[in-house]
Amino acid sequence: MRVFRLQVNGDTVEVAAPEHWTLLEVLRYKIGLTGSKQGCDKGDCGACTVLLDGVPTLACLSLAATVETSAITTIEGLLPAHRANGGEGADPVQDAFDRCGALQCGFCQPGMILSAKALLAKNPNPTSQEIKQSLSGNLCRCTGYTQIYEAVVLAAKGEQV
Amino acid sequence: MLRLPKFEVKNPSTVEEAIAMMHAIDGEARFLAGGTDLNPNMKHRLFTPERVVALGGIEEMFGITQQEDGSMRIGAMATLANVASHAELGLAYPALSQAALLVSGPQLRNMGTLGGNVMLDTRCQWYNQTYFWRSALGFCMKKDGTKCHVIEGGSKCVAAASNDTAPALMTLGAELEFANATGRTRMPIADLWQADGIWNKKVAHTELLVAIHLPKPSADQRGAYGKLRDRGSIDFPLFGIAIRLDLDAQGTIFDAALCAVALQARPWPLKKAAALLCGTKPGEESFTEAVEQVAALAAKQCRPMPNIPGDHEYRHAMVSVYTKRALLAAANGDGPVHHV
Ligand SMILES: Cc1cc2nc3c(=O)[nH]c(=O)nc-3n(C[C@H](O)[C@H](O)[C@H](O)COP(=O)(O)OP(=O)(O)OC[C@H]3O[C@@H](n4cnc5c(N)ncnc54)[C@H](O)[C@@H]3O)c2cc1C
Ligand code: SF4
Ligand code: FES
Ligand code: FES
Repeated sequence: MRVFRLQVNGDTVEVAAPEHWTLLEVLRYKIGLTGSKQGCDKGDCGACTVLLDGVPTLACLSLAATVETSAITTIEGLLPAHRANGGEGADPVQDAFDRCGALQCGFCQPGMILSAKALLAKNPNPTSQEIKQSLSGNLCRCTGYTQIYEAVVLAAKGEQV
Repeated sequence: MLRLPKFEVKNPSTVEEAIAMMHAIDGEARFLAGGTDLNPNMKHRLFTPERVVALGGIEEMFGITQQEDGSMRIGAMATLANVASHAELGLAYPALSQAALLVSGPQLRNMGTLGGNVMLDTRCQWYNQTYFWRSALGFCMKKDGTKCHVIEGGSKCVAAASNDTAPALMTLGAELEFANATGRTRMPIADLWQADGIWNKKVAHTELLVAIHLPKPSADQRGAYGKLRDRGSIDFPLFGIAIRLDLDAQGTIFDAALCAVALQARPWPLKKAAALLCGTKPGEESFTEAVEQVAALAAKQCRPMPNIPGDHEYRHAMVSVYTKRALLAAANGDGPVHHV
């Protein structure tokens, strides 16, 4: 066991977990943040995507023991951050995914939304090619992607207004 | 759910500390860079070290810097995303930046490092599987077993070098700076490989790749990378080919290099093919003819095996196609060559 000091969604969390656990395991099974999904658990699907210092990263292939100095954002962090910044309703990207019907089972959504968040933070007005490339590490077995891309376009427009 | 085996994690802050931690244990230890190869392999019980030495705190191993003599030093911990988005690297060494850009998907490029890509384990469809899957098959020579499922009765593992940046670094004549218990060494990347899929490198796993050095490019150096894969993202190469062309002031090629990957244990330099390009001039018939000859020769010299996924006859049919397209892309300053 090791005590990890993690910066999760703006809070400092001290949590004891086996030293060899992945960030995904610590988030899901120690901290109770189950929004980050455990899909393939080996880097293929992107369902476990979190942001480390704003950069999309696979939690299933990150050791908790190597991310203590990074600010970790999970899907659960978006709404509180949006509200803390004076926003109303849902986070604009989450809202756009909802309005576009960009989900069916929803398993890919946390990862998709975080990849989209990181893209829009860097590039508020992406081309459709840039959107596709930025989401190309997130697999969706249900939607066929079209409405997901539309949601990112809508979120980009919304953020400009 | 795939659990990691139990191990302890060390977080050194210098190269010397990392080497010491690697040796100060009776059992096995492994270096961890981005973890995008080591972690899946540990989850599959292909490696079960007792200690993991994580390299993320070693400042010396980060950064991409031009040296006074015009060469470039890339810290082994530079991520593939760093390499792919570095403007000067893209201009000076297009094959490398294109290869880095085509590795897996965005998240994996944010995590995966150039050093980890050079040191990548070889891959095989009978090996990169869970313990349960492999046990059902009766294992294989590379791990836990005695047989090879690719070459019946074969005595040597032929798992394939599948690292996209390796052929690019080969064409560029990169030098690798290693640290080990006795100090530092530098070796040309061409000397790193051996024809053994079980461990395809001449350095031990306890030696630390600190940096990759790229020589100053010639005045008109061009390059490109071509990659065959099933999908436009995430997938490892089914075949990859890197090109370097050096042109003189008249636009005639005076030096060239080609190197292929995803065939066998070593990245595969195509020296005879490269020689056919010298003396030809892009835009003229001499070059067009040479491209056809090179593509035909590449198809003779590159023989994909059923070691990695993908029909090997299809992969073979694509060798000349990708070689030709990558050559034209290099000459025209385009690339990368891939299907999406
Ligand atoms: C789904 C998926 C798709 C992928 N697709 C591709 C692809 O298309 N092309 C491709 O080339 N790769 C691919 N990869 C493999 C991997 O992501 C990359 O090769 C990456 O560059 C590995 O770097 P890393 O820093 O994550 O290495 P790690 O996993 O940290 O290390 C890899 C190996 O190198 C050793 N090592 C790492 N750094 C050093 C060092 N500095 N000195 C000595 N030894 C070291 C480790 O001990 C380990 O054995 C893929 C991986 C996944 C999971
Ligand atoms: S080539 Fe594949 S099946 Fe044969 S020994 Fe190597 S890893 Fe095993
Ligand atoms: S669960 Fe991490 S990539 Fe699939
Ligand atoms: S909505 Fe089901 S996987 Fe994307």
